[in-house]
Amino acid sequence: MNETYELHTGETHIEVHKFFPGAILVVTVAALVLQSSLPVYFPRLNILELPLLVTIYFGLSRRNPSTGLLLGTAIGLAQDALSGPTVPLGFYGIAKTMVGYLASSIGARLDTEHPAARFALIFGFFVLQQSILVLIRRLLLAQPEAWFNLHLAIAAGVNALVGTLLFAVLDRLRRSS
Amino acid sequence: MVAIPSRHKSLALLGGVLLAQVLLLAVQIKKDSRGRLIRVWAVSATTPFERAGAWGVGKVRDVWNHYFALRTTSRENEALRVENDALKLTISELQSKAAEADRLAALLNFKQAHAAVPMVGARVIGVSAGTASRMIEIDRGERDGITRNMAVITPDGAVGKVFAVYRDAAQVLLLTDKEGGAGAMLVNSRTQGPVGGTGDPTIVMKYVATEEDVKIGEKIVTSGMDKIFPRDIPVGTVVEVKPGNPFKQIRVDPAAKLDRLETVIVLLSQAPVEFPKEGDAQTGAQNSSAPPAEKP
Repeated sequence: MNETYELHTGETHIEVHKFFPGAILVVTVAALVLQSSLPVYFPRLNILELPLLVTIYFGLSRRNPSTGLLLGTAIGLAQDALSGPTVPLGFYGIAKTMVGYLASSIGARLDTEHPAARFALIFGFFVLQQSILVLIRRLLLAQPEAWFNLHLAIAAGVNALVGTLLFAVLDRLRRSS
Repeated sequence: MVAIPSRHKSLALLGGVLLAQVLLLAVQIKKDSRGRLIRVWAVSATTPFERAGAWGVGKVRDVWNHYFALRTTSRENEALRVENDALKLTISELQSKAAEADRLAALLNFKQAHAAVPMVGARVIGVSAGTASRMIEIDRGERDGITRNMAVITPDGAVGKVFAVYRDAAQVLLLTDKEGGAGAMLVNSRTQGPVGGTGDPTIVMKYVATEEDVKIGEKIVTSGMDKIFPRDIPVGTVVEVKPGNPFKQIRVDPAAKLDRLETVIVLLSQAPVEFPKEGDAQTGAQNSSAPPAEKP
């Protein structure tokens, strides 16, 4: 079975990466557990959005929109379930479905291996997710929510920085061709 | 059968998944019921990891503190010797205040002071997986007698209420959550009004008429009217008062350190809990370091 193959889009050749068996599941579960555990001991880490970073990474790497959106859905619904009864199921699910779909669509068209590209993409996806969450709050849940604040910009920058480093670590889980 | 072009398959899948989740949201908004199976599964699946994480972090901290972080021990010993000499000089003064010290010592131990109140101490093992809610997860559940809507406090003040209960864990909605809150009243005027969260670190007190005199620094305690918290548990301190029509906008700094909770107390009944009064501020601060009381 091939570990790595190439998509031919016009004149560009983009690799589709495969991972060691169980890597996606283990990384996803670890991200969810850490997301709900780390802030107990280090409250400032609450700013991180590990499930989002994992969704973006596997979306960009797998480069299959269907896989990306389904993975985003699963991660988002799990995050909803772990966010307490006041967060309705589907809240993060919808946002991460969109992120997973767009990440894998972009990954299929652009080379997203460069750290600068990754930084920009994570920053953009973080803002996108927050925008979707605000939309859901305002339109579907009829709850007031601010569109933009400084905290969002800082959080996007921090997540982009951490995500870029995290992606380099996760690259080691790829099967070599 | 009409075949869908492959390039549209993922778009169709995206639309289907989004629609399903929007419908899921709609169902929940119309018919809000707790204890959905997916929540039970998710919490049951992650609780062991969170417990293991809490245990592991505790062990690592112990090993680090007792075996590795001893670089400054020698200097600390020197400082302690000097301090000890100074203390010997002041010990005679302290003896004259022995009676007062006994009273303070009794207040220091929260558990001793509230032996008659049924309560159970719990460790915080998790928090909300996102910033959309302000929730903590504790390591006590149904097996410890915890039920929904029980009050959760620390020796500093009110924390929140139990929102969902599982076999060995429970989820607590903090006062700072948008849906969190408690019945409260101003200590000086005894004016009542609910306090609730906005998602920020501070909370707000609602429905206080504009003509009421509210001062910055005024204390707020629970009123007991919500049938969850007993009366007179510290809620917080007024930090901002803005005029409004017909109600004032009052922002309150929570008494309990809601962003750094490691242990909490779940009150198993609405029996009154005595907290230090304002004049005993120093004692109250000391009390905050006391361990949580255990179930009697």
